[in-house]
Amino acid sequence: MKTENQKAWFFVLPVLLLVAFNALIPMMTVVNYSVQETFGDNVFFWQGLDWFQQILRSDRFHAALGRQFMFTFLILIIEVPLGIAIALSMPRSGFWVPVCLVLMALPMLIPWNVVGAMWNIFTLPDIGLLGYFLNHTLGINYDMTQDPVAAWVTIVTMDVWHWTSLVVLLSYAGLVSIPDAYYQAAKIDGASSWAVFRFIQLPKMKTVLTIAILLRFMDSFNIYTEPFVLTGGGPGNSTTLLSIDLVKIALGQFDLGPAAAMSLIYFAITLLVSWLFYTLMTKDDLN
Amino acid sequence: MQKRSIVPIIYILFLMLPIYWLVAMSFKTTNEILSGFSLFPQTFTLENYATIFTDPSWYWGYINSIAYVSINTVISIAVALPAAYAFSRYRFLGDKQLFFWLLTNRMAPAAVFALPFFQLYSAVGLFDTHLAVALAHCLFNIPLAVWILEGFMGGIPKELDETAFVDGYSFPRFFATIFIPSIKAGVGVAAFFCFMFSWVELLLAKTLTAVAAKPIAATMTKTASSAGYELGLLAAAGTLTIIPGAIVIWFVRNYIAKGFAMGRV
Repeated sequence: MKTENQKAWFFVLPVLLLVAFNALIPMMTVVNYSVQETFGDNVFFWQGLDWFQQILRSDRFHAALGRQFMFTFLILIIEVPLGIAIALSMPRSGFWVPVCLVLMALPMLIPWNVVGAMWNIFTLPDIGLLGYFLNHTLGINYDMTQDPVAAWVTIVTMDVWHWTSLVVLLSYAGLVSIPDAYYQAAKIDGASSWAVFRFIQLPKMKTVLTIAILLRFMDSFNIYTEPFVLTGGGPGNSTTLLSIDLVKIALGQFDLGPAAAMSLIYFAITLLVSWLFYTLMTKDDLN
Repeated sequence: MQKRSIVPIIYILFLMLPIYWLVAMSFKTTNEILSGFSLFPQTFTLENYATIFTDPSWYWGYINSIAYVSINTVISIAVALPAAYAFSRYRFLGDKQLFFWLLTNRMAPAAVFALPFFQLYSAVGLFDTHLAVALAHCLFNIPLAVWILEGFMGGIPKELDETAFVDGYSFPRFFATIFIPSIKAGVGVAAFFCFMFSWVELLLAKTLTAVAAKPIAATMTKTASSAGYELGLLAAAGTLTIIPGAIVIWFVRNYIAKGFAMGRV
C-alpha cells in the first residue's frame, strides 16, 4: 500500500517545472492568439469568440476533420486486428524471437520525414519498386500524385507499415505473460482455439491493448510529417488531414487567430475522444 | 518450424521491402535511378555516402541530431526517476490529476505548438541551440519516461526500500546504489524510448533551429531544391538515419516487448 507523504511533491517538482514550461506557456500563447486579430507589427485587436465560430462553421474545417476521422478509423480497424493476429502467430520463445522483434520495431525508429521520403521513392510509378510492380507487372494504373484513391491507399499502407508493429509488440508482451498452466487447463477442458483466444488471451491482453489503441488513436489523429512529405496533402486537398491544414493556415497564410482557434478545437477533440476510449475500455475494471 | 510462423515472416518481408529499396537506391548513381527500373544497383557506387561524409553541411546534421537527442535523454531520465518513484511509492495531494495531466501532453498535436515554441525559445534566447530542441522534446518524453519507469518500479516490492532504511541507508544512497540498479532494465527501456521519440520527431526540431543546430532530417529537404532532385543522395542520407535506431534497439532487445507495454504486463 502507498503511504501518504506530501514531501513527494519535491520529487515531482523538476518534472512539473519542465513540462509546465513547455506546455503551459505555449498553450497560453495559443489561447491569446485565438481571441485576437492582428495585421502584423505586433498590433492586436480583441476579437472575442469570432474565430471559434468561424472555424466551427467553416466547410474547410469540416472537410479536413472528416478526412482525419476517416484516416484514424481506417488505421485502427486495420492495425489493431492485424497486430493481434501477428502477435498470436509468433512463437513464444526461441532464438528468433528477439531478432523478429528488433526487425519489427525498426520502422518505428526511422525519422518520420524519412518514412515519407522512403515511401515516395518506393511508390514512384516508373522507378519505384512498388510503383513499377503495380504499373508494369500487374498493369494497374497507379500514380498517387494524380489519383486521390491511390494517394489514400498509399498513406494508409504507409501507416500500417510504420505502426502495426506497436500493436504487435504490445499484444505480444501481454501474450507471453500468460502462464502455461492456463493453456493446459484449457486443453483439459477441450476448449476450442477461439475459446482460448476469447477467454484467456484477450482478457490478458486487455491492459496492453488499451495502451495500444490509445497510442494509435492519438498518434494517427495528430499525424503530420509522413503524409505531408509523401503527398503534400494532394492531389487537390484529398489527403489534407487536420494537422496539414492547420500548418497551412498558421505558417502558410499566417492567419494566427483562426489557426490558434483551430488548434484549441483540435486539441479538445483529441482529449475528448481519448477520454471516451479510455472510459469505455476500462469500464469493466471499475465494476 | 511451425506452419503459422509464415505470418510473421510475410509481415517482416513487407516491412523490409521499402527499407531494401531505400538502401538499394543509395548505392545507385543518379543517372541509373532516372534512366529506369533496376532491382539491384547495376553500377554500384559509394559516391552518395562520400558526399555526405565529406560535406560539413551534411554530416553536421547527424552530429546536431545526436547532440540534442542525447541531451534530451539525459534530462528526461534524470528528472523522471525521482518523479516516478514518488508516483509509485507515495500518495500525495493531486497525484492522480498530475499524472493524468502529464499524459495529456502526449495528446497535443505538435503542429499546435510549433509557432508558440518558436516564440518562446526565441524570447529566452535559446533559438537554434541543441538545448532548445532537447528541452522542447521534454514535453512528450518526460511524461513517457515517468510512465514507463513508474510501471517498472511498481514491480519492485516495497520491502526493498524498508529493509534498506532499517539497515541505515540514507535515501540518496539507497536510491543510487540499490534502487536504480534493481530497475536498470526499466531505465534502459525508458532511455531507449526517449532516444527514439526525440530522434524521429522533426516538426519541432525544424521549427527551433536554423543553421547551428539543424537536424539531419531537415538537412535532407535540401536535396529537393539544389541541383534538381538527387534521389541517390536522399536515399543515402535516409539510410544513415536508420543506423542509430538499429544500434540502440539491439541493446534493449530482451526487454523490447515488455518495454513497449510500458512495464505494464
